[in-house]
Amino acid sequence: MIAIIDYEAGNLASVKRAVSFIGFDCIVTNDIDVICRADRIIFPGVGAAGTAMKSLKRMGLDKAIIEFFNSGRPVLGICLGTQVIMGFSQENNTHCLKIINGTVKAFTKELHISDDICIKIPHMGWNRVMLSRKHPVFDDMQEKDEFYFVHGFYPVPDNLNHVLGVTDYGIDFASVIAYKNLIATQFHLEKSGRPGLGILKNFCRWNPC
Amino acid sequence: MLSKRIIPCLDVREGRTTKGIKFQNNVDIGDPVEMARFYYEAGADEIVFYDITASHEKRDIMIDVVRRVAETIFIPFSVGGGIRTIDDMRAVLLAGAEKVSVNSAAVKTPEIISSGAKAFGSQCIVLGMDVKFVGEKENIPSGYEIVINGGRTYMGIDALEWALKGQDLGAGEICLNSIDADGTCDGYEINLTSLISNSVNIPVIASGGAGMPEHLYQVLTKGTADAALIASMVHYDNYTISDIKNYLDNKGVKVRKSW
Repeated sequence: MIAIIDYEAGNLASVKRAVSFIGFDCIVTNDIDVICRADRIIFPGVGAAGTAMKSLKRMGLDKAIIEFFNSGRPVLGICLGTQVIMGFSQENNTHCLKIINGTVKAFTKELHISDDICIKIPHMGWNRVMLSRKHPVFDDMQEKDEFYFVHGFYPVPDNLNHVLGVTDYGIDFASVIAYKNLIATQFHLEKSGRPGLGILKNFCRWNPC
Repeated sequence: MLSKRIIPCLDVREGRTTKGIKFQNNVDIGDPVEMARFYYEAGADEIVFYDITASHEKRDIMIDVVRRVAETIFIPFSVGGGIRTIDDMRAVLLAGAEKVSVNSAAVKTPEIISSGAKAFGSQCIVLGMDVKFVGEKENIPSGYEIVINGGRTYMGIDALEWALKGQDLGAGEICLNSIDADGTCDGYEINLTSLISNSVNIPVIASGGAGMPEHLYQVLTKGTADAALIASMVHYDNYTISDIKNYLDNKGVKVRKSW
C-alpha cells in the first residue's frame, strides 16, 4: 500500500487520482500507524512552508516521515513536500525536516530570462528537466518531456550529488532531488500528463537498494 | 525556460459545452468531460472551464463535471464563472480543479481575492478581467475599463489599476479578456495584453479574438502574454493544437511539444 501523507496542505486528492489511474492502491492518511506500515509514501503539498511544518509537527508526522525515510523504503516528495525535506526554508524562515541538507530560496524579480525580460513569480507552467545522471525512476524520461511547475521557492541542496535534475528559470535550480531511497520533484508529477504519470508509475514500482 | 501555454476554453452551461460569440447565441458543441479528454490528448497545456449556468441552483452540475474531468485528465485546469464566495471556491478546488477564477465577484468585493489566496494559496486564484477600450478619461487613464455582466455594465475602474490591485491582493495569475476582441476571431487585443503583462509580475493569459495561429504568435511575442486562450479556432476543427504549436515552434516561440 502507498500512503499519501495528509497534513492539510492542499489538494492531495489529485495525487490519489493519478496513482489510482495508473493502477496502484493508495490511501490518503495522517494516521502514523498506517504510514509506518506502508510500502512507500508520497509526500505532496501545496502552500507555505511555515504552515506545513506546523501541521506536520502538531500531527507528529515530521518524525514519522524521517523514520520512514530511515527505514529504507521509497519516499517521493512533490512540490512543497520537496521543499519541506530540506534543512531550512526562507519561506516564513522555517526549520524543516533536514532529510536533505540545504536551503529553500525564493525566486527574485532580479532574475532574468533575457537581457530585458525579468522572470515572473511564481514559476508557473511547463518546463524541461535536465538530468545529471541516470536514475531508475526517471528511466523513461525523454529530454523533450516537460513538467508542470507552480512555485515561488526552490530547493538548493548543499551537496550537488543530491541534485538529479535541474530546470532553467532565470537560474538553473534543482527540480529533482535524489538521495538513497528518496526522490523528490519540484514539479507536479500528477499534473504533468503522460511523462509525469510515467515517473509516478516508476516510483510505485521502484525498489531502491 | 518556460513554455508559452496554449489553453482551450470551454464554456459550460448546465453540464454541456457551448461557445458564444460575444456572449450571445450560444451553440452546443458537446460534453465537457469528453472535450477535456480530447484536448488533453491533443496537447493542451491547461484547460479553462467557464460555467455560464444562469441558475445558482443548478451549479452542482458543474461540480460533478469538475469531478469527472479531474478523474480523466492529468494536466491543470481552472474553473470560473459564478464564483462568488470562499465556499464556491472550495467546492470547485475540492472537486479537483487546480485553480479557480474570480471576475465580477472580485470587482464587487475585492477581498474575495485576498481571502481566497489566504485560504488556498495565490497559485489557486486567477483574477479574470473583462475589459473594454473606452479611450483615455480622467478615471480611466489607460483607456481600458473593467466591465462585468458580459460587457454590459461599465464599472468605472481602470483595467491597469485593477490588475495591479488584484496582484497586490494575492491573485496568482490574470486571465485578461478583451470584450472588444472576444468572438471576433480577428486577433487578440495586443496593446491591452502588453500593457497589463508588462506591468504586473504574475503570469497573464490573453483571451478573446483568437482565429488563427498568427494571432497567438502576436499576443505571445508582441503582447508578451504567458499563455493564450483559444476556443472557436479549435472547437470547430479549423486547427489542431499541434498545428498551432508547430506554427509557434517554427517561429521560435517555446511551446511544449511532447505529451
